[in-house]
Amino acid sequence: MKPAPFDYHAPESLPEALALLEEHGFDSKLLAGGQSLIPVMNFRLAQPALLIDLNRIAALGGLEGTADGGLRIGAMVRQAALERSALIRERAPLIHETMPFIAHPQIRNRGTIGGSLAHADPAGELPVLTVALEARFRLERSGGSRLVDAVDFYQGLFTTALEPEEILTEIHISPLPPATGCAFSEQARRHGDYAQAGCAAVIGLHPDGRCRAARLVFLNVGDIPMVAREAAAMLVGDHLTSERIEAAVRHAADHEIAPNGDVHATAAYKQHLAFVLGKRTVQTAFARAQAAP
Amino acid sequence: MTHKKPLTVTINGESYTREVEPRLLLSDFIRHEIGLTGTHVGCEHGVCGACTIRFDGDPVRSCIMLAVQADGHVLETVESLGTPDRLHPLQAAFHEAHGLQCGFCTPGFLMTLVPWLADHPEPTEAEIREAISGNLCRCTGYQHIVEAVRLAAEKMKQNGID
Repeated sequence: MKPAPFDYHAPESLPEALALLEEHGFDSKLLAGGQSLIPVMNFRLAQPALLIDLNRIAALGGLEGTADGGLRIGAMVRQAALERSALIRERAPLIHETMPFIAHPQIRNRGTIGGSLAHADPAGELPVLTVALEARFRLERSGGSRLVDAVDFYQGLFTTALEPEEILTEIHISPLPPATGCAFSEQARRHGDYAQAGCAAVIGLHPDGRCRAARLVFLNVGDIPMVAREAAAMLVGDHLTSERIEAAVRHAADHEIAPNGDVHATAAYKQHLAFVLGKRTVQTAFARAQAAP
Repeated sequence: MTHKKPLTVTINGESYTREVEPRLLLSDFIRHEIGLTGTHVGCEHGVCGACTIRFDGDPVRSCIMLAVQADGHVLETVESLGTPDRLHPLQAAFHEAHGLQCGFCTPGFLMTLVPWLADHPEPTEAEIREAISGNLCRCTGYQHIVEAVRLAAEKMKQNGID
C-alpha cells in the first residue's frame, strides 16, 4: 500500500515540464490532482520511474470567459473551483449541475479537470460532459500544440489521443446556442461512489419548438463516453413528445451502448439504468430548452 | 535514482524542514517524520477519509498525496483543534452526542467538518449527510455523528467558533 520508488520533478513552467516529458516519455507520469494516480501507485498497479508534478505551473490554472460567451479552463483547475465558479454556473450549467456527483468534497479539493479528462475513466463524469458540450482540448508538446475535439480524444479504456510527449493544457467550451437545455443524471450505490450508469443530454430547439439539435452521451456503459448518434438523429427535426423521446432512448439503450456487467450490476441492469436515466435526462433537457432564452 | 528531496512545511503553525523520499505519503510523513499521530490511516487509497487533513485550508486526503507536494504549503491536523481540557466545540459535541465509539475515524470527520461548519452555520440533516459522505465510520451508523454536527452548529452559533 505504498508506492514503489520513483524520481520526482516539480517544474515551475510548462516548457520545463514538456522537456522532461519529451526526455522520459513512457517512463514518466504526469501528476495533476493525483486522486486516481496515487491510489493506483499505492496499489503498485502503476510504477512510473518519474513523476512530473504539474501543481507548480501557474500557466495551467485559470478559468476565464471568452469573448464569444464560451469558456477557457486551465487543465489544473480544481474540481472544487469549478463547483464554486459563478462563471461555470452561468456559462456551463451542465458542469455546475454535475460537480456534486464527482466523488466527495475532499477529492474535489485536489482533483483537477485536466487530470480527470486525461485519466479517461469510463465512469468519470467530466469526460462525458465535455463530449456532450462538444468541448475542445489543447494538447501541447515542446514547440507545438493542437486542438482535439473531446469526442475524438477518447479512444478506448483509459486511452486517449494524448501522445507520450503531450500535455493536455486547456479546455475550450463554446457558448450554448439559444433555446438549448442540458441535463445530467446518474445512479450510484452510494452518493459519491462510481456511477453504475449515467447520462448527459443537450437539446436545442428551433424557434417553432421543433428539435434542432440533440446530443446524448452515456457514462460507464462502454469503454469511453458513449455517444448515441442514432438516438439523437431520431429526435432532431420534429416536435418532441414523451413517445418520441422514449423510442429514441430505447434505441440508444438497446443498440448504442456496450455495458459490462460487474459484481454489483449485470449488463442488463446497466442497460435498464441507461434507458431510465436517459429518458429522464432528455426530458429534463427538453423542458429546460423550452424555458431557455 | 530516487534522491531524497528537501521540503519545508508548516503544520499547525510550526515550520518543519526534512529530507524525504518522493514516494513517502503525506500521511506517513505527518505520522512518522513529525510524530503527529492524530491523523489516522485507514484504507490508504482515498476511500475511508480517516487521514483527512487541511491543506492550505481545504480538507484533503493525506494518504493520496505525497509529502514532497506539501513543500511550501500550510497544513493543519486534528492536533490543531482542542486539548483534552479544552475541546474544540465540534469535539465537545462529538463527545456529548456520542459521535464516536472506537474513535478511529473521528480525526477525519473533524478535519472535514471544521471548515465546512464555518461555511454552513445552519446545516440541514441532508446537507450534513452530504458533507460527511466521504468519511466512513463503522461504529456509529452515522446517526450520532449527524446529531453531533447539528449540536456543534447550534453551540457555535450561540458562542462563536473558538
